[in-house]
Amino acid sequence: MSRRLIDYGERGLLLECADLTETLGLLRSLRNAEFEEISEVVPGARSLYLRLDAPVSRQRRGELLALPPSTDDDADIGGEVSIDVHYDGEDLAEVAEHCGMTTEEVIAAHTGQTWTVGFCGFAPGFGYLHGENERLRVPRRATPRTTVPTGAVGLADVWSGIYPRRGPGGWQLIGHTTQSIWDLRRKPPALLRPGTTVRFIDKSAP
Amino acid sequence: MKETTEGLVVDRTGALSLIQDLGRGGQAHLGVSPSGAADRTALRLANRLVGNPEGAAAIECLFGGLQVRSRSLCWVTVTGAPTEVLVNGTGIGSHSSIPLGPGDTLLIQAPPRGVRSYLAVRGGILCHQTLGSRSTDVLSGLGPAPLEPGQQLEVGRATQPLPDTDLAPPNQPRKSLGLLPGPRRDWFTPSAWQRLLTAAWKVSRDSDRVATRLGGPGLERARPEELPSEAIIRGAIQVTSSGLPLIFGPDHPVTGGYPVIAVLTDRDADHAAQLRPGETVHFTQIRG
Repeated sequence: MSRRLIDYGERGLLLECADLTETLGLLRSLRNAEFEEISEVVPGARSLYLRLDAPVSRQRRGELLALPPSTDDDADIGGEVSIDVHYDGEDLAEVAEHCGMTTEEVIAAHTGQTWTVGFCGFAPGFGYLHGENERLRVPRRATPRTTVPTGAVGLADVWSGIYPRRGPGGWQLIGHTTQSIWDLRRKPPALLRPGTTVRFIDKSAP
Repeated sequence: MKETTEGLVVDRTGALSLIQDLGRGGQAHLGVSPSGAADRTALRLANRLVGNPEGAAAIECLFGGLQVRSRSLCWVTVTGAPTEVLVNGTGIGSHSSIPLGPGDTLLIQAPPRGVRSYLAVRGGILCHQTLGSRSTDVLSGLGPAPLEPGQQLEVGRATQPLPDTDLAPPNQPRKSLGLLPGPRRDWFTPSAWQRLLTAAWKVSRDSDRVATRLGGPGLERARPEELPSEAIIRGAIQVTSSGLPLIFGPDHPVTGGYPVIAVLTDRDADHAAQLRPGETVHFTQIRG
C-alpha cells in the first residue's frame, strides 16, 4: 500500500505508511526535517498522526508524501536497551504449544532477535515491540486477566510487551523483569519509546 | 497534609470532583493521554473570570454536590453546566465571580442541564504536577487522586488583575454536535454514514472522561478486517466491534484498533463533555 495523507480532525493529519519500517523511518525523518507546522507526532502500527499548529499547504502535503524514510541507524530516536527476563510466565507452556516449540525454543526465539518499539498505547510507557520475525505470533488470551503484575513480559499477535505497572491485561505471559519500565522520576519516564531497540536477556534460574 | 490558614477546604465532593487544568498534551507517543478539563471552554472561562491564566488548575465537579469552605478572602467562580450556586445557603448563580470571606461555604447544586461544573479560585489550585500537569487522568491514574471530604486545597498567588467584567453568559448545553469525516469513514458503508448523521443517539450511563458511549442503530462496516492500531484524538468517534459509536474524551487511550468514522470539531468536543446520560444527541456534518 502506498503512502497516503488523510485529514484527522480540525488540526491533524494521518500519514498512512506501507508498514512499521516505513513508519519508524518517517518518524526519524520528521525529527530532522523542517515541518514547523507539525507540533506533535504520534506513531501507530502503520501510521503517524501529525498534530498541526498551522494549515499544511498543498505543496507541503506533497513534500510529506515524498519524504524519504530515514534508514540512518545513527539518527537515534529511541536508544537501545537490554532487558533481563525471568522466563517464568504462566502462559509459557501454552505459547510453546501454540508455536509448535519447546519452552526452551520460545525463550531462544524471544532472546534471539532484536525487538523495536513501534508505538505506545494501552498504558503510559507500554511499548508495542515488533521483532525481526513472527515465529512467536500468538493470539491474545480468550479471557483477559483482571490483574497482571508490574514487569510481566507478554506476547499478543505479532507484538511483545512489558506491563509498566499492575493492571488488567489480555496478553500471553511468558516471563517477568524487575527492570523499571515506567518511572515518573526518570526523564522521560518511559524506558521504551517509539524506535527503541530491545534485546531480551534470559535470567531464568537454571 | 500541612495545616494552613489559607486556601479552601473540601466539605463534600458530590459524585466525583477532580482537579483539572489543560492537561499534559504532547506525550501521547509515550502512551500518556492528554487528560485535562473535559469542557476546556468552561475551564478557560472560569479562569478568565477570576483573573487567572487560562490553564490554571480548577475543580471539575460531576453532577454538582461539591461544597468548599474558604479559609481566607478569595475570589471564586463556577462555570460549565448552568446551575445554582449557594454561598452560605443563598443562591447567587453560576458564571459570575464571587468573593468568599473566611468561613464562607460555597455549594454547587446539581445542574438541571449538562453534567460538569468548574470551580476556579483566583490564584489557581496548587498541587503536585505530574508530567507538567495537575490533571487527574482516570484511565491511567496519573495526577492527583479524586478530591475527598476534609481535603485542604492550597491556592496560588494571583498574577493578573481581576477582569473588569464579573459575569459571563453560560455556554448553553447543545444536543447537536458538529463533526468532520474521520480518517476511516471509508471503512463504513454509505448508509452507515447517513445513519450517523440522522439517528438520535442515546447517551449511555456507561460514559466517563475516557469516552461517551452512545446507543442507537449499528453502523455497518464496509471493510471487515482488523485495523492496525493508530492514534486516537479527543473528539474522535470510534465504532467498536458492537457497531456502536463512542466519543473519546480527554482521558482517551492514545492508540486504538477500531476505525474512527468521524471527529467532532474542537469546540463541540467540549460540548460533548456536557452530554447527560439518557439524553439524545444528533450529529451534523460541518464540511468534507
